[in-house]
Amino acid sequence: MENIIFLIFRRMRQPLLTLTMTYAIAVLGLVLIPGQDADGNPWHMDFFHAFYFVSYTATTIGFGEIPYPFTGAQRMWVIFSLYATVIVWIYSIGTLLALIQDKTFQEAITEGRFARRIRHMREPFYIVCGYGETGSALVHALTERNQNVVVIDIDPSRVSVLQLENLRQYVPGLHGDAARPVHLLEAGLEHPLCRGIVAVTNFNEVNLKIAITSKLLNAPVKVICRADSHEVEANMASFGTNYIIDPFDTFAKHLATALQSPGLHLLHRWLTGIRYQPLSNPIYPPNKGLWIVCGYGRFGKAIHKRLRDEGIDTVIVEATPDETGLIEAGLPEEQWVLGWGTEAVTLEEAGIGNAVGLVAGTDNDSNNLSIIMTAKELNPNLFVIARQNNDDNEGLFNAIDADIVMHPSSIIANKIRVLLGTPLLYEFVSLAMYETDGWACELVSRVSAIVHDQVPEVWEISIDEQNAYAVNEMVLKGGKVTLAHLLTDPQQRDKRIEAIPLLRLTEGSRELLPAEDDSLKRGDRLLMCGRLSSRYRMEWTLQNEHALSYILTGQNKPRGWVWQLLSKKKTNGASGTA
Amino acid sequence: MNPEKVVFGFFIVLALTLNFGFFVGDIHNPDHHHVYELFAVVVVNVVATILKFGDRTQMGAVLLATSLVAVLQLFAAAFVWAFAVHISGTGLTPVVTASIVSLSGGAMLANVISVVLLVIETVMLRR
Repeated sequence: MENIIFLIFRRMRQPLLTLTMTYAIAVLGLVLIPGQDADGNPWHMDFFHAFYFVSYTATTIGFGEIPYPFTGAQRMWVIFSLYATVIVWIYSIGTLLALIQDKTFQEAITEGRFARRIRHMREPFYIVCGYGETGSALVHALTERNQNVVVIDIDPSRVSVLQLENLRQYVPGLHGDAARPVHLLEAGLEHPLCRGIVAVTNFNEVNLKIAITSKLLNAPVKVICRADSHEVEANMASFGTNYIIDPFDTFAKHLATALQSPGLHLLHRWLTGIRYQPLSNPIYPPNKGLWIVCGYGRFGKAIHKRLRDEGIDTVIVEATPDETGLIEAGLPEEQWVLGWGTEAVTLEEAGIGNAVGLVAGTDNDSNNLSIIMTAKELNPNLFVIARQNNDDNEGLFNAIDADIVMHPSSIIANKIRVLLGTPLLYEFVSLAMYETDGWACELVSRVSAIVHDQVPEVWEISIDEQNAYAVNEMVLKGGKVTLAHLLTDPQQRDKRIEAIPLLRLTEGSRELLPAEDDSLKRGDRLLMCGRLSSRYRMEWTLQNEHALSYILTGQNKPRGWVWQLLSKKKTNGASGTA
Repeated sequence: MNPEKVVFGFFIVLALTLNFGFFVGDIHNPDHHHVYELFAVVVVNVVATILKFGDRTQMGAVLLATSLVAVLQLFAAAFVWAFAVHISGTGLTPVVTASIVSLSGGAMLANVISVVLLVIETVMLRR
């Protein structure tokens, strides 16, 4: 960046020097050559007028001969200096303009502006490397929740797309290679308010490099990475990357949850849904019978493993068993079939007639669509899982009516959104895994009773000075505030806010669906779910001491000191007479 | 011998010597300070400034800064001159002359610093 500024200055030397010298010679000549005034007396032009004259002739404006008509000698000099100055002027200005329009110079300027903007950030922010499908979905979700994001992408067209996008927050975007530490530093990696860095570029090596850079230069920062292979995953984990997300493993895990307990799977989908989305219906993947898995790539492998763990019979359809490692896996002959799965013959060989489930999991969208269409003709009752690789094919996958569409980008974006927005939800889900399906179904019905038709809002509460001023003060004074108090409507004490406390973190212990009459402590963290309006109402109780005291005592405390004095007198008088 | 250094040193020293030439004499006597000299000082100083563009060293930055100061002072002096003679029409009264010369005196101080820095750099390099 600095190099280029200096280079520009150095290249400006020549044109500026030429301009100065030509002007100086022309001006000096005009001053030295004698002229005549109106009465024919000898007269010398002064520097001021000479400079004025040269300035307007050099820029080809030409106001004429002033203050008196020129003599022959003067005119001869003017002819010379006119051509010289005009040519030099055009040369110098042209060079300067070309330098300013220089692409590297322009880029240096925008980069400098970007770095300055990041240095002046006053709110916590996240860095998102890669503004592809995943990155843009993530940036949308984060800005919707009023979080600040900074984007780096190597493709200039994607950065311009970012600028055109109608996001809720301003998102500064840098066109640069995120694998180069200098760009990460410019994006604010060492900024004290940088909360986390998300590496979701299309290249494993770049993601790996980002993770290493971040951990070396700013170890406490939260690093979330996308990894498409187990080797890279292990590599990232070895130096303490906080979260590594493999879309295929994540999806396979969700599928396993859906197989074991559909209620829990539904609960998870509702709680992690995007605001204003309609509630989704439960899905019941058949957990008895034969499943056909087309494609034994990263996705097929992950699904296959989970299905086998659940004790489900599977047949794999794979066209290139040598490349994908199907031969080395040493599966028995009857458990796999050679072929694409796009033709009826292969599918029939795999036993499509009595299969219950089909996974179209190749890395080619057209093949996946073709597999599903062929299979549905042969067996219309199949439970179909489709892998969608490309964002553009969304309409096609909606039309094919698969039971689940697996879209890697949205899976990653969704998971990162939860990790960054509501980390407690992540803990809640991992704790809920140990509960029964009945427990989950009961919670699902409680949630649906509250929210009716849109996904519930999920939010965190910290009992501290900044996020719960009133409650914090009350606890400091020794007052008792319980969860039940928070769930009371601050406008009408006998009414309840429509929200469900999901998780409470207190002094290191975690309580799933916490009891409502335990008193809150400072530093507690709570996870709530309910309607958006409930969230805003609860905010009153948390922050406003009058709302809190109304809930605790049922009385509206007088606010100003005059009324406080008066009310004190009144109560004293009342006690006196009694 | 580096021809760039010759030209560079030449202009920096010339800026100082011309500046000194303009500055010496009675501070309020217009006969001691000729307008041609002021013109030469301005031109040479501008050239010296442009020559200092694009030097990345700390020394180069300070040299550029001193030159910019000198040029600024001289432009102010030239402006005062033009204003007094052509705009307000008061002509070169002792007051005006004194202010022009003192402005150029300031520029000379900046030029002295430039030359001192140049000498220091030369001594330190020893090549």
